[in-house]
Amino acid sequence: MKRKDFLQWSAMGLGAFMLPNIPAFGRSIDPLEALHEGIDVKLKKELSDVALNAAKAKGATYADVRIGRYLNQFVLTRETRVQNVANTESYGVGIRVIANGSWGFAATNKVTKEDIARTAERAVAVAKANSRVPADPVQLAPQKGYGEVTWKTPIEQSAFAVPVRDKVDLLLKVNSIALQGGANFVNSGIFASNEQKYFASTDGSYIDQDIHRIYPQFNVTKIDKASGKFETRASFSSPMGMGYEYLTPTPESKVSGLVTRYKDRYDILEDVKNATADVTQKMTAKSVEPGKYDLLLDPSHLWLTIHESVAHPTELDRVLGYEANYAGTSFLTLDKWRSGNFQFGSKLVNIVADKAQPHSLGAVGYDDEGVAPKKWELIKDGVLVNYQAIRDQAHIIGLKESQGCCYAQSWSDVQFQRMPNVSLQPGKDTLSVDDMIKNIKKGIYIMGNGSFSIDQQRYNFQFGGQTFYEISEGKVVGMLKDVAYQANTREFWNSCTAIADKRDYRLGGAFNDGKGQPSQSNAVSHGSSTARFDGVNVINTARKIG
Amino acid sequence: MAILSKEEAQVLLKKVIAFSKADECEASLSGSEGGNIRYARNAISTAGDVSTLNLSVSATYGKKTGSASINEFDDASLEKVVRRAEELAQLAPENPEHMPLLGPQEYKEAITFQQSTADMTPESRADAVAQSISVSKDAKLQAAGYIENSTGFNAIANSKGLFAYNKDSDVIFSITTRNEEGTGSGYAARGYNDVKKLDTLSATKIAASKANGSVGARAIEPGKYTVILEPVAATYMLENMFRGFDARSADEGRSFMSKPGGGNRLGEQLMDEKVNIYSDPFNTELPSSTWSRDGLPLDRINWIENGKVKNLAYSRFWADKKGVAPVPFGSNIIMQGGDQTTEQLIKSTEKGILVSRLWYIRLVDAQTLLLTGLTRDGTFYIENGEIKFPIKNMRFNESPVIMLNNVEALGKVERSISVESYRSYLIPPIKIRDFTFTSLSDAV
Repeated sequence: MKRKDFLQWSAMGLGAFMLPNIPAFGRSIDPLEALHEGIDVKLKKELSDVALNAAKAKGATYADVRIGRYLNQFVLTRETRVQNVANTESYGVGIRVIANGSWGFAATNKVTKEDIARTAERAVAVAKANSRVPADPVQLAPQKGYGEVTWKTPIEQSAFAVPVRDKVDLLLKVNSIALQGGANFVNSGIFASNEQKYFASTDGSYIDQDIHRIYPQFNVTKIDKASGKFETRASFSSPMGMGYEYLTPTPESKVSGLVTRYKDRYDILEDVKNATADVTQKMTAKSVEPGKYDLLLDPSHLWLTIHESVAHPTELDRVLGYEANYAGTSFLTLDKWRSGNFQFGSKLVNIVADKAQPHSLGAVGYDDEGVAPKKWELIKDGVLVNYQAIRDQAHIIGLKESQGCCYAQSWSDVQFQRMPNVSLQPGKDTLSVDDMIKNIKKGIYIMGNGSFSIDQQRYNFQFGGQTFYEISEGKVVGMLKDVAYQANTREFWNSCTAIADKRDYRLGGAFNDGKGQPSQSNAVSHGSSTARFDGVNVINTARKIG
Repeated sequence: MAILSKEEAQVLLKKVIAFSKADECEASLSGSEGGNIRYARNAISTAGDVSTLNLSVSATYGKKTGSASINEFDDASLEKVVRRAEELAQLAPENPEHMPLLGPQEYKEAITFQQSTADMTPESRADAVAQSISVSKDAKLQAAGYIENSTGFNAIANSKGLFAYNKDSDVIFSITTRNEEGTGSGYAARGYNDVKKLDTLSATKIAASKANGSVGARAIEPGKYTVILEPVAATYMLENMFRGFDARSADEGRSFMSKPGGGNRLGEQLMDEKVNIYSDPFNTELPSSTWSRDGLPLDRINWIENGKVKNLAYSRFWADKKGVAPVPFGSNIIMQGGDQTTEQLIKSTEKGILVSRLWYIRLVDAQTLLLTGLTRDGTFYIENGEIKFPIKNMRFNESPVIMLNNVEALGKVERSISVESYRSYLIPPIKIRDFTFTSLSDAV
């Protein structure tokens, strides 16, 4: 989400409760209006041709147009009341062109032939103004046109079709379980997004897509007034590229253990009960003794470490310096990749990029520059073997075509390289989490994602979590608090000594990964099985003020 | 045209309100126009140009409110959006925290708009960028930067006769320069209402000198050090604290402003006596809106006075519940400084670290506002009043509340922008003792 939007929300007292991206130009609509069909695909093709022809007539050598209808719904509650129910729609056209060898972009929310033609001309004017500053001309990897094609997220039930009342009832039930269990505060929410986007380019593609995502979540708070101390536990749900069926639990989607975690179906009522028990236990948990520990990281936690320390540094635009002024560059420089033997992690570590993974947040039929997504290896047996590249970058790493990971958060933003789903592959040998615990003498088992921070080249990171369990001599002996671990990315991944097998594999993800200027939000999943990392530095985060 | 004048906005909003049959109706307009250029590797990478105008309507029956919005402005559309808000209100659950709308208010005129910024074009943006790139090329560095200008307006009106209008302009510029080898990096950021104050050339020169000066960084042992945070570093650190100046979360017991035993820390000496933090929409260096989102007039207000918590924000609902007057969040934040330049602060430092910029700050513990993050783009070791050598970047774990208890000296206030939210603040360079670094980073 845009940080500015977040500040507005947090000023409204929602604090750290995570909110999804609401496009800056989203307008409120009736929930039923969200179900109306967008404009006819034939009309979209006609409008697209207006844009492409206008751009070419003004001298563009390439043009693409995205007609987007972006729907969001969020239902927010706290304790016994509904805080907000909002449906937003953002509808408009973004046009990107190459003229005089430079990129230009312009967007309008007026979807008429006249406005679209004018906007295409403005995009060409922007490109021509930019070409006054000397630079190498844009080099686009060739892409064949797909003709007229469609793609839809394979969902069972659109979240937008479920009455708001049902969602409110479910969330108030979640809150009531938490309050009955002794929580002082509870926030809960269901976010749903639907991108209806039409892409056309001068390469001859006319692509109509309908993409769905959902994110149910809650946060339970317990307070000890006398000491002024408080603890929280957030839900163990994941944002998913799914419909409302994600909220219909099945026995086979549950992962048992110290507390139940979830695969592609989520039991929110069970999880809030567990969370309330966890937060109560956290109030009296032992404050961690700083030092070196073997860490056992659950997929509900590890996804964020993968996101920050693997997925971001393998973005080619960061490697090349295009993000230097904002998110930073990358320690995974081209010379390390060219050497063919840069040991990023231990031999157990295999990490793949996959923009088509089922149920993932990143899954699309075509990316936002009209390329069908691919699956490829980033880290193979611990060695850096590839990056993430789009059409104007492919030639730099010797690729003949884009890897299909271009994205814009809205019609009003220009598309650029965004990470596909990036996941750690499960261990090849049969290995359960219970067996992994048995082998650890002094360790900490971490579930859920908490605080996160990493430097601008992705060397030094620090992560917290939701719950922490002390492992001593092969047994879990109790809960810990005030835990954060600090490590260097390469040392950390080389300390990976065990990965559970595929039975434990789950997706986690970020609904709102920020990158770019102006900042844009991207939704992306990261899968893994539980993994062990040896001898990691753990700090104690407790302080005193006032 | 996405920017309406005060008169145009008032006429349109009156027309909208007149359509309403609800107990209460509020309508708001917002419009913006602007453009941006992003560049990297000494060349423009992307650029855009966007405009938008939107009307939102809220209708209330009793304690039930519905909202709808539209971006078409003929009479039929205006009536349609009012009817839709009314229909949604009838269907909505009761909001126990609903407050009746405010009546007419007196607002002073804001000084936030500058025509020069509104007049920027794709060509003038490209020229500003070309200047920056030429400095970088001359210094044999790689520039990556961003410039964005925007003009916007907001207006609200309601069925009780309230009307408020504000127009503003804003330009932000940030630049990172790095050497070819990737061993030196420097940064500068600027934000103004008036583009005439923006000098992309001199900002790029500062970034370039930091880039060249940071080559050959040495590792020092992490631990507690006296640090001088330059305004761009201090701004990012403190931005995370300003959001906590809220009575409700404090009274609920879940903020660093909560008092053990219950209640909030109003009146408590929470920081060093040198610390004064306030909002003032009429500050000529950082003008901001003279009304809050819910229509309350804004004037100067002190949040921290001589280190004591002087005010916390109370929403209208929370104020009513607590029997106090509502206190809206300010539309800007200013921290009072001293007379010394950053150079003078360095001169008076026996041993310490100069921090140019901080990066990736995230909350570790809401209870104490413990934050973690890293230094970036120029970190230098100071000994006997002089910068001795560049040092490697480090991760810190520190609370701004603890940090503002350890203030040694404050320098001259400067307008700077947050490197994450791009909001502008007036913040001095701050010299602090016992700032906690916890590990080294190899990042440049």
